Amino acid sequence: MTELQNYQGILLEGAWLTIQVALLSLLLALFLGLLGASAKLSHSTPLKAIATLYTTVIRGIPDLILMLLIFFGGQMLINDLSYNINEWLNEFVSRFNPDHQWYSFLPDYIDVSPYFAGIVTIGFIFGAYMAEVFRGAYLSVEKGQLEAATAYGMSKYKIFVRVMFPQMMRHALPGISNNWLVLLKTTSLVSLIGLQDMVKVAGDASGTTQKPFTFYLTVALIFLLLTSASSFFLKLAERKYAIKTR
Amino acid sequence: MDFSIIANEYLFYLEGLWTTLWLVGVSLLLGLLIAVPAGILHSSERWFIKGPIWLYMYFFRGTPLLVQLFIIYYGAAQFAGLRESWLWEYFQEAWFCALLAFTLNTGAYTTEIVRGVIANMPKGEIEAAKAYGMSAWLVLRRITLPNSLRRALPAYSNEVIFMIHGSAIAGVITIVDITGVARVVNARYYAPFEAYLAAGLLYMCLTFSAIFIFRKWEQRYSQEQGKGRSAP
Repeated sequence: MTELQNYQGILLEGAWLTIQVALLSLLLALFLGLLGASAKLSHSTPLKAIATLYTTVIRGIPDLILMLLIFFGGQMLINDLSYNINEWLNEFVSRFNPDHQWYSFLPDYIDVSPYFAGIVTIGFIFGAYMAEVFRGAYLSVEKGQLEAATAYGMSKYKIFVRVMFPQMMRHALPGISNNWLVLLKTTSLVSLIGLQDMVKVAGDASGTTQKPFTFYLTVALIFLLLTSASSFFLKLAERKYAIKTR
Repeated sequence: MDFSIIANEYLFYLEGLWTTLWLVGVSLLLGLLIAVPAGILHSSERWFIKGPIWLYMYFFRGTPLLVQLFIIYYGAAQFAGLRESWLWEYFQEAWFCALLAFTLNTGAYTTEIVRGVIANMPKGEIEAAKAYGMSAWLVLRRITLPNSLRRALPAYSNEVIFMIHGSAIAGVITIVDITGVARVVNARYYAPFEAYLAAGLLYMCLTFSAIFIFRKWEQRYSQEQGKGRSAP
């Protein structure tokens, strides 16, 4: 137990990082989900095609592979691109000024931070699932109610706030909570691209203390606490938006 | 971008595909062996039966698969008793730990599916079967199980896809599955984009094949049901 106490501080810091990554990727996922759902519901064929491609590809590829692809592959791609642009610009300038010295217009080496890559990947993945949730929620609101609201002379904004949104939430909340719980557990993967989240901290700590079981079990229990607390509050929220029956 | 690397290493990728396939296949099968009895026993009113099943599901569904895998693979070494026993021969093998973690994980999720399906069983059908004088075993075999299986299929196909995706972490503990192959190829040629993209495409083929097979299966089931009803 003394080992745990020694590492208490950085374990909690790791847990805080896990929560940050999870919340920021949730934000990105909700944004991408709304965007994807609007694209799928739109009448434009290219938009629909892009959104369908997005959700299909995401459902086909494991999150770990996507993360490694974005972290390692994306870094290489960005650096190749910036090198090529630099070269092109330098050649272009040398044509007019023969004395021109090589100059890096764009940085020669961009380091994609694991924090950024982790949030982008997880947000990108769950955006696809959220898009399906929002699309289903939008379609489940009865069109007659929107017509009735229009007939009452409500403005578009008022219709959204009073009729559309509360009903959409009722249908979307179970889907959102489900995705949030999966997302929270997926954040453990960021430890594999070098982020100091609690899984990584536990790994480092078990290396020095020779107590891997103690540390990984602690991390599991913290995750259990986070998922349990989430489902408790999400149940409350679902009750808030549920149909009140007397 | 140089995809000739992938063309050179395609046999290696196929080996990885095979490892992923058997790892996922065997864990799904063993997971079912846990889930069906656990799901049925979950409706028991005795706390010493219901309690452990609840705890098992709560732990394995509330924590990440990666952490479960690490607890088993790295955590086992902490216990001197285990290290000296015959079990150590298995626990020091990465494939055994991955198989154990995946089996326990999918077992927990599948137990929830089985539990849900049994809880939502149409009571009338069971009452009718009892009224015909069927024994409890016969009711289970002829009414409850076939009916439940049909209703469980959509959720179970999701679980299979989840497992195919989740198995990608086996590559982290030195297993050469599809992810493992991609890691080796990346280390050998320093071509992360090509290596992981090829792995992604392989997983995509696997996922969509699984979706296709389950869809066919579901269709066949609903057709059989239709025939049964319209028969004179």
